[in-house]
Amino acid sequence: MLRRLFKDLRFSVLPVPGKVIAIVFFVFLFIFPLFTDKSYYMFVFATSNLLVIFAVSWDLLSGYSGQVNFGHALFFGVSAWSVGLLNKYLGWQPWATIPVGTLIATGVGVLTCFPALRLRGPYLSLLTMSFPLMLIGLVMAFKKWTGGEFGISGIPEIAATRVGEYYISLIVMTVSVLIMWKLTDAGSKYVRTGLIFHAIREDEIAARASGINTIRYKILAFVIGGFFAGLAGALYAHILGTVSISSLSMVMSFRAIIYVVFGGIVSIYGAVVGVYVLQTLLQLLGVGGTTWVGQNQILIMAIIVILVLLFMPEGVAVWVRNKIERECPRCKLTNAAWRKECRACGANLR
Amino acid sequence: MIEQLIILTLVTGGVYALLAIGFSLIFGNARVINLAHTGFFMLAAYGLWYFIRQLGIDTVWAILITVPAVTILGILAYRYLINTIREHHAAVLLMTIALAMVFQELMQSLFSSLYWSIPPLFRGFTEILGVPVLNQHLLVLGVVAVVIIIVWLILSKTKLGIALRATAQDAEVANLMGISVPRTLMITMGIATALAAVAAVVVAPIWTIHPTMWTPPLVMVMVIVVLGGLGSIKGSIIGAFIIALVEVSVSLFMPSYAYLKVVFAILAMVIVLIVRPGGLFGVIFEEERL
Repeated sequence: MLRRLFKDLRFSVLPVPGKVIAIVFFVFLFIFPLFTDKSYYMFVFATSNLLVIFAVSWDLLSGYSGQVNFGHALFFGVSAWSVGLLNKYLGWQPWATIPVGTLIATGVGVLTCFPALRLRGPYLSLLTMSFPLMLIGLVMAFKKWTGGEFGISGIPEIAATRVGEYYISLIVMTVSVLIMWKLTDAGSKYVRTGLIFHAIREDEIAARASGINTIRYKILAFVIGGFFAGLAGALYAHILGTVSISSLSMVMSFRAIIYVVFGGIVSIYGAVVGVYVLQTLLQLLGVGGTTWVGQNQILIMAIIVILVLLFMPEGVAVWVRNKIERECPRCKLTNAAWRKECRACGANLR
Repeated sequence: MIEQLIILTLVTGGVYALLAIGFSLIFGNARVINLAHTGFFMLAAYGLWYFIRQLGIDTVWAILITVPAVTILGILAYRYLINTIREHHAAVLLMTIALAMVFQELMQSLFSSLYWSIPPLFRGFTEILGVPVLNQHLLVLGVVAVVIIIVWLILSKTKLGIALRATAQDAEVANLMGISVPRTLMITMGIATALAAVAAVVVAPIWTIHPTMWTPPLVMVMVIVVLGGLGSIKGSIIGAFIIALVEVSVSLFMPSYAYLKVVFAILAMVIVLIVRPGGLFGVIFEEERL
């Protein structure tokens, strides 16, 4: 077992710069509290971890299976609000609210399917975009129970310290991203979903013609997307301690999309890079809204998106990866870009 | 009550119709869902406010400056930002919403997030069948009617209109017939943005001006256009009045639950979509040829 791990590390991780960077980064995340335990940094990184789950779940639903959802905040917000309401009115504690909130979000994912499965392309995007706005209307209309624009505050924290919260969010994030990565891996020998999602995205009619029950897999995509976005939302409510309508807003939906497009759509690592680069950097530079960057976060994010769409449509992470890695033309193995010949078959790379 | 309902429905519906026609035109021709559409509407309202209140220019001149300026801005945005990524509808949605957010944030940092208002063009009210109607509301109705007729005349009678409709039906064949498709699309974008600016001109004195004023009409326009069928002008006009009726009756009969108007409007859209996935007068596009 250990020897196999060592062999894997030696022969399929170390020669590929992208994988080295990913592993170094994750190790860094796990030992990060050793360097600093300032609660602001812990808080920023904990929220970033949850936004990673949120962004990756959007990528799975919209990037991989092609159901372009412009209202992903629906799942996030539904879960966060059910956590808040359950805690306020029934006094439930985090160990109960988080699973229930996640399940409710998953259920909403199934409900969304009913209109969403009948629609394609722009109609689907516009429809999904309007769902969270509908919920904002409901929240504002029943101010007496929901607190309106101020939302619900005083939700208990999941851990006593910020470092504890950071580790909980980090572990949940790592596990969720690994699961979603496996589910969307088209080359996987064990899970078929990745391949089928690709097929549905590329040509739904052809996928159906080859005997795939596309309806079932589209529902599955909505369920997985709803589940993970809901998980992120429930944890987010507990870490922030409040729920407000901003968790359902159009800006929240677009955050997921902005991170994914910035990093690179249809690539799990792109979403991860997008969140850590954009969100963490903006939060650290913003220092809670006291600097110019902090006050103009949305403006900066919007301008970055416009520039990325115009000049780097494949996404920053994918662009960087293409610069540092090269596929061998003969055996399709990934090599570092600075190698002269392929590390396996010796074919000339230049 | 009922008279108020009718008048408010006509006024709100008229404004929504102006916005929805533009939205629908640019979708029908360029297959671009322009979420920044109401962003241009907001820019025009801010422009009017700036010229009238800050610089003290006469209202008529302010209108004559603002509408062309916003139109040119729309054409430039189309030419340099949207045109290059026109093929990918998700990218277009993202680009246009980012554009709208840039507008919102710019307005907020330039003019703060306070609520502003501008004086109406015509003060006072007229009595029609014993019901007092604000003159500004009458102006809205008049302008909406005139603009809709002009758009209809352009589309059905002029050479430009034929080019626009040909491009909407099949851009490739239109290109083969000697129509310059890129230019036609730019003109379409110009018309659409101009309609948004005109809507802002007539409605700015009634509504308040603030940096997030673009989102409520955007939601309503989205609902209207999906309800009426994307790309269908007739559908947009009819949808606008249906949604306006829903909205006005909710805010008149249930004033304490006025926020529910969005909920009801979206519910109406969902029901129509479940029954008729292409909208009421939807144009179902064939798979685009590559």
